Amino acid sequence: MPQVTLTVNGKTHTVEVEGRTLLVELLREKLGLTGTHVGCDTSQCGACTVMMNGTSVKSCTTLALQADGASVMTIEGLAAADGTLHPMQEAFREHHALQCGFCTPGMVMSAVDLVQSHPQGLSEADIRHGLEGNLCRCTGYHNIVKAVAAAWPVMHGKQPVAAE
Amino acid sequence: MNAIFEGIGASVRRKEDLRFISGRGHYTDDMNRAGQTHLILKRSDRPHAIINSIDISAAKAAPGVVAVFTHADLDADGVGGVPCGWQIHSKDGSPMVEPAHPVLATGRVRHVGDPVVAIIAETKQQAKNAAELVVIDYTDLPAVAHIADAIAPSAPLVHDGAPGNTCFDWHLGDKEAVDAAFARAAHRVKLDLANNRLVPNAMEPRAAIGDYDAMSGEYTLITTSQNPHVIRLLMGAFVLHIPEHKLRVLAPDVGGGFGSKIYHYAEEAIVTWAAGKLKRPVKWTCDRSEAFVSDAHGRDHLSTAEMALDAEGNFLALRVSTVANLGAYLSTFAPAVPTYLSATLLAGVYKTPVIYSEVRAIFSNTVPVDAYRGAGRPESTFLLERLLDTIAQDTGIDRIELRRRNFIPADAFPYQTPVALQYDSGDYVTTLNSALKAADWAGFAGRRAEAKSRGKLRGIGVSTYVEACGIAPSKLVGALGARAALYEVAQIRVHPTGSVTVFTGTHSHGQGHETTFAQLVASQLGVPFSQVDIVHGDTNKIPFGMGTYGSRSLAVGGTAMVKAMDKIIAKGKKIAAHLLEASVEDIEFADGNFTVAGTDRAKSFGEIALTAYVPHNYPIEELEPGLEETAFYDPANFTFPGGCHVCEVEIDPETGTIQVVNFTAVDDVGRVINPMIVEGQIQGGIAQGIGQALLEDAVYDKAGQLVSGSFMDYTMPRADNLPNISVGTETTLCTHNALGVKGCGEVGAIGSPPAVMNAVVDALKDYGVRHMNMPATPMKIWQIINASAGKLAAD
Amino acid sequence: MYDFAYEKPAALAAAVSSLASDMEAKALAGGQTFIPVLKQRLNKPSKVVDLAALGLSGITVTADTVTIGAMTTHGDVALSADVQKAIPALAHLASMIGDWQVRHRGTIGGSLANNDPTACYPTAVLALGATIVTDRREIKADDYFQGMFTTALEQDELITKVIFPIPQRAAYQKFKNPASRYAMVGVFVAKFASGVRVAITGAAQGGVFRHAAFEAALSANFAPDAIAGIVTPADDLNSDIHASAEYRAHLIGVMTKRAVAAA
Repeated sequence: MPQVTLTVNGKTHTVEVEGRTLLVELLREKLGLTGTHVGCDTSQCGACTVMMNGTSVKSCTTLALQADGASVMTIEGLAAADGTLHPMQEAFREHHALQCGFCTPGMVMSAVDLVQSHPQGLSEADIRHGLEGNLCRCTGYHNIVKAVAAAWPVMHGKQPVAAE
Repeated sequence: MNAIFEGIGASVRRKEDLRFISGRGHYTDDMNRAGQTHLILKRSDRPHAIINSIDISAAKAAPGVVAVFTHADLDADGVGGVPCGWQIHSKDGSPMVEPAHPVLATGRVRHVGDPVVAIIAETKQQAKNAAELVVIDYTDLPAVAHIADAIAPSAPLVHDGAPGNTCFDWHLGDKEAVDAAFARAAHRVKLDLANNRLVPNAMEPRAAIGDYDAMSGEYTLITTSQNPHVIRLLMGAFVLHIPEHKLRVLAPDVGGGFGSKIYHYAEEAIVTWAAGKLKRPVKWTCDRSEAFVSDAHGRDHLSTAEMALDAEGNFLALRVSTVANLGAYLSTFAPAVPTYLSATLLAGVYKTPVIYSEVRAIFSNTVPVDAYRGAGRPESTFLLERLLDTIAQDTGIDRIELRRRNFIPADAFPYQTPVALQYDSGDYVTTLNSALKAADWAGFAGRRAEAKSRGKLRGIGVSTYVEACGIAPSKLVGALGARAALYEVAQIRVHPTGSVTVFTGTHSHGQGHETTFAQLVASQLGVPFSQVDIVHGDTNKIPFGMGTYGSRSLAVGGTAMVKAMDKIIAKGKKIAAHLLEASVEDIEFADGNFTVAGTDRAKSFGEIALTAYVPHNYPIEELEPGLEETAFYDPANFTFPGGCHVCEVEIDPETGTIQVVNFTAVDDVGRVINPMIVEGQIQGGIAQGIGQALLEDAVYDKAGQLVSGSFMDYTMPRADNLPNISVGTETTLCTHNALGVKGCGEVGAIGSPPAVMNAVVDALKDYGVRHMNMPATPMKIWQIINASAGKLAAD
Repeated sequence: MYDFAYEKPAALAAAVSSLASDMEAKALAGGQTFIPVLKQRLNKPSKVVDLAALGLSGITVTADTVTIGAMTTHGDVALSADVQKAIPALAHLASMIGDWQVRHRGTIGGSLANNDPTACYPTAVLALGATIVTDRREIKADDYFQGMFTTALEQDELITKVIFPIPQRAAYQKFKNPASRYAMVGVFVAKFASGVRVAITGAAQGGVFRHAAFEAALSANFAPDAIAGIVTPADDLNSDIHASAEYRAHLIGVMTKRAVAAA
């Protein structure tokens, strides 16, 4: 059976997989990182979004073997080692940007990438367009958009914006 | 240190969020049991066919396969069919036709997705491989998917025992009085409407794990359910015949439900039964495409509505005729949706004196239809509020004035409607005024003109609505056909040091119960918010419960908590009286202290708790130790949230593209415990309502194939489809529960679709549009504009 | 998904010979369309040859051309300052494909080899008259697209790069399928000294095509109104629950006008 060696949340793993094993299956079933979810089978919903080599990808549409040598970060690896939450996690909690929590890990990872890759700023329209690859059925996105906007200045070292 | 207010009315941040934002939630598919096997269901790819034979020999021999089961194996074990929880009687008094709903298809398949064979293997992929080796020999039968085809005179029958494909032909109201009122009416306005079929699509697909302990004989089912006790009751009593003390049902973190996870599904029975059979855990996780053809769908009604009015525009009578498509089999609550959850709301917020409604429910070769967020009330609200705007258009009466003229006035409560319900409270003028102001209704003409200068068609729409939730008074619903009670249960366990665990029979799958209920209990008992934890979703821990749907958790479950807390406080007073050497009548409880009235002599809640568990100085002859109480609360009535939604849209006439540019809701949901959570619930409901109005459509072709069977064709609302949603509240209290709460889970999905569609019709008013069915897709809008332009050109 | 052997060759020649040795083998670029197809068990390759280690990504801009390596992701094209400057329409098109996650994995070579009838990139290639460079030859855009999911490529032939001539003006306008967000109608308009080329995706049963009537009109007068009155026949256009053939025909006109205005 082929082997894949990759770094997940800072820790290196070598795992036996099949050719067809998806990255999300590797994470959930082999590494027990069940924070990354599967919400569809057509690569639409984004619940499986993780960071791979610094950018957001759908781990249900990536073969585990394609991640050989890669550095992957999942929702479990987002907070600091001492447990301090990432600003995006804080913003989601502060702005009630989640309800059932199922889409949340993928949504947070997409949002982190969106903010990181837009140092020049993000309008509300940019955020809404930028989250096109993540479905949420609970919130109507209103509070997610607010949370992402609130996390932007924190992540870019600017003054945080207070919640209403 | 400043105390943070975490009581009733505070937007406390949610307790449950830390695990969800950290990826530490525990959803069913996250769990695995030692020795676990995997179930795949071979489902029908035919809308309607006779099963001539099933050959499972190759599948059984495939690598990794543990077992392959068909209906014959279930029959041999006496496994029952999937039960229906509500019985409706037809006009003539006969009970509804209730066809067998086998766990695995028996003799015939009746919809694409009907499960036929259960394949269990060591891995999911092995089970999938083996499923491909199952050979089912079918003879196709003609199928019906659409209402018009199912009710056609010589339509093929979905069930031989249901002539005309009719499940029931029911009615409500005074037909003669309505006919008489129509005869003397100055105006009669008639409208045909369709309420589009929807796929709930909670983001977490359904999943179930069955397990069996041969030593104790106990079965465990972990399932994505909104109501684990209901599943235990239905599956234990009717399907698998397992006594309840030997059946534990767990519903852990559940990723959204919206109704679709209320029902008892075949897969739950299969994993539980097979686990006992194989003495190994069996896991099933639904793929999304599988969910499209196996989760209960929502809506799918065709109606004709007619209003009779006097010369001044006062409503005289309403007549409604509906055909409801229930799909191939009766799902758990399906018969109640078009009837007692819909027709009973046809008075709406209006004082229409007489109403007659008839509902014919039919079978078709489609996925079963059941309650989806709002369940029946969105259908009646869409019907009424579209009819209102059509009346305004036909008669020339201003649509706001027409509503005001016919509102049930604020001083008329309690108000008995002609369709069975008695509203306890409401103030529809206030929510209307507040919403019109917040939406700047008065300034719309300017915005329309500005949009026109940009080549856009701008429209505004309003809907004023009431709904019935807080489900439900058991005696009443029992009389209406419910086969179960709908009370709720709370157990409050005060620990020796004064912290509290609350066991609730409701279930949270996004609603934030761990926070709202903790706020409620903390504030009532005067203990810190952090000292209260909520437990739900485990039939072995919680005495009983009916779960979460119908916006019932706070109104019914919360009130049960209040009743249990009343017992705790009553007992605490006795303990305090003993300690303080006072009479029980003189003990007052407030802010976490038991005080002798008129004195400063007091014992804290914590001291009383400790005394109850360490009863060294205790009235042991008259009082048991411990501080734990259980209450069952059966509500006296439904609750009646209502309000006003205002929607503003812009249409690009060249492409038909439509954008919701403003959405304003002002709702009366009774007392609000956590405004942040209430706003979130309403925003989410409105998003689903906008989804129904503009995007979502479960389309079957005439042959019975689901055309929009994945996210590639079923349009889910995404962030860029939706506007910011402004939510406000105006409160009248529910008069019959201790908290004055009404419920907020469904109002968004109920009030919003007609507001959107009224705005769409308003935007298109220059094109001669009187009504448009949902969803208002760009193509449909363009077709209207194009047809009108063609007509204009021809003129 | 059916299981398969997985290879990740380090050289182009090795990849080609691996594919040549096995008619059931399939090449894997970004996988954003191919992996969903595999998940649905609609394809059963014996072997998947991952092209990620062949060094085929990168963007080079000269005075006349933009050359994009086959394994360059949509995200890299969308965010490339060089592409944004040389052919802004091309960067814009890339930014309209899928969503951010898909753009981070999906590649131009994969998109073109697949030739999905609703894909965006084929319009740019066809309208700009790009050259598809493979391991063995150069193929002109007009010869490359041969109908839905069909191209001039041989089974073992791999795209290495695509060379786009820089037009005077160009723009892409996409009307997204509301559900899938693929192109329901996508129009790429490119104006060169030699004339105007217009390519349409998402609309026709055969996939991407050039709109001769629009090209003639726009070559004569590159203005939105130049195509007014030219009716696109609906006969060969797709019809589905989201758009009838007539609606698609109409949208082709609207999107073309808008592309001309934006160019």
